[in-house]
Amino acid sequence: MVNTKVTLSGLELDNPVIPASGTFGFGYEFAELYDINCLGSIALKGTTREPRFGNPTPRIAECTEGLINSVGLQNPGVDKVISEELPKLAKVFHKPAVANISGFSVEDYVVTCEKLDKEDQIGLLEVNISCPNVHNGGMSFGTDPDSAAEVTRAVKAVTTKPVYMKLSPNVTDIAEIACACKEAGADGISLINTLMGMRISLTTKRPVIANKMGGFSGPAIFPVAVRMVWQVYEATGLPIIGMGGVQSAEDVLELMLAGATAVEVGAANLVDPLASKRIVEDLPAAMERYGFTSLTDMIGGAH
Amino acid sequence: MIQNTFTVCSNRALTDSVYRMVLEGPLEGAITAPGQFVNLKLPGYYLRRPISVCDWTDDTLTLIYKVVGHGTEAMAATPVGESFDLLAGLGNGFDPSLSGDTPLLVGGGVGIPPLYGLCKALLAGGKTPSVILGFNTAEEIFLQEDFETLLEGTGGSVCVTTVDGSAGTKGFVTGVMKDLDYSFFYTCGPMPMFRAIESVAATSGQYSFEERMGCGFGACMGCSIQTKNGNKRVCKDGPVLMREEIIW
Repeated sequence: MVNTKVTLSGLELDNPVIPASGTFGFGYEFAELYDINCLGSIALKGTTREPRFGNPTPRIAECTEGLINSVGLQNPGVDKVISEELPKLAKVFHKPAVANISGFSVEDYVVTCEKLDKEDQIGLLEVNISCPNVHNGGMSFGTDPDSAAEVTRAVKAVTTKPVYMKLSPNVTDIAEIACACKEAGADGISLINTLMGMRISLTTKRPVIANKMGGFSGPAIFPVAVRMVWQVYEATGLPIIGMGGVQSAEDVLELMLAGATAVEVGAANLVDPLASKRIVEDLPAAMERYGFTSLTDMIGGAH
Repeated sequence: MIQNTFTVCSNRALTDSVYRMVLEGPLEGAITAPGQFVNLKLPGYYLRRPISVCDWTDDTLTLIYKVVGHGTEAMAATPVGESFDLLAGLGNGFDPSLSGDTPLLVGGGVGIPPLYGLCKALLAGGKTPSVILGFNTAEEIFLQEDFETLLEGTGGSVCVTTVDGSAGTKGFVTGVMKDLDYSFFYTCGPMPMFRAIESVAATSGQYSFEERMGCGFGACMGCSIQTKNGNKRVCKDGPVLMREEIIW
């Protein structure tokens, strides 16, 4: 008998598997296919202060072992998320969910987090300072230590829920940014967001994606995720939600050895809608195969 | 939506670049309307390929697809007996209940296949459909005989147009459409054809859209468009949209 329970800053999860923000909507599309209560939690679609349509299409480009997306934070805005999406989610998911928040100013982050802080369904705030697909915001907060710290401090002041800062891999020194977030009071770190990428069509001789560049995700980026989770664990010792190209229970174990307490599954959900469920189901056998009895005890075990 | 393994029963060329693939597998009643699509996982390609359903039975699927890139090239090279992982019953299809007695179906090129299943559904409902099939040139024509067989003795009709006049009526589908009487129209094809149809259409209608998709089942927001009724996902709220809600 193995123990798959993990705890993120006091939030106890039955298992560490969480579908990543932007790949799982607000949960209910997948609830048509399976009982999503088997998941550790769900990271909800990135939410902003105001409604957003996002970027022009095409927003998607295929790559070897991955895809580039440039959705641009399409969402109905925090008020509608609270009034419409969360009640729909409540019908199909009975565990605390992870809210994912984006903004274009510090005040945006504060207002959105303040509103979500009042929602009992939300167990943790994942503050996205790493979206590569929006201008004048998003990633610009996550590529500068001072800005990252400023958002962290401002959000921490308006919520009692755990705050995990979601970092961009598009930086020279990920540890520096993570340390800045830690010093500003972050409860944990969530990483990695997508890597900036681009494809050009040989037929049209133009970028495939309307916005030209986008965020590259999928199994191709998994080794980058392992490396950065390792670095942030060494540098901060904070609990980490690790992600980036995870597609199997073995990948979950590997990221946890690198230092992740929980693991998000992203692009895999888009290709195989049952991917997160399958990973949850495969986890006990994978643990037994590699001699792990407790997931909590193996976190950072490779250091 | 269901996810199952389907086996290729036949896969042959109808023209230089258009193929018909018949697949067998448990559909479990997942297809609820003509104009829905499947999302097919090809070995070696990361994203699935969304393909419209031409026709179906309880346990077979007919897909007609055009080779436009490496993925569809690999599909065309797939031998009989090979299996695919497939999501079926995706999207919001055509609504045959809106048709009136004499609906018009207008297809352009590789947009034609889903109209075949729709035509069958309309005939089953006792309607008398007229069909216009538009191509660039005679060598591109496919499904004409299938539609003729389907409509034989029903009072319905099939008209083929080619841009270069090498077969059927010379010109665009709208050249024929503007002289017809019909109760409602359904269409699938390229955007320039849609714009032309919009300028001559005399009734309400449904358009089936195409967009580059990520997941195909409404999760990733990769294929969103703006309509008069708010943002819609082509894969989940579409691909079929009402004429009245489209922003041109």
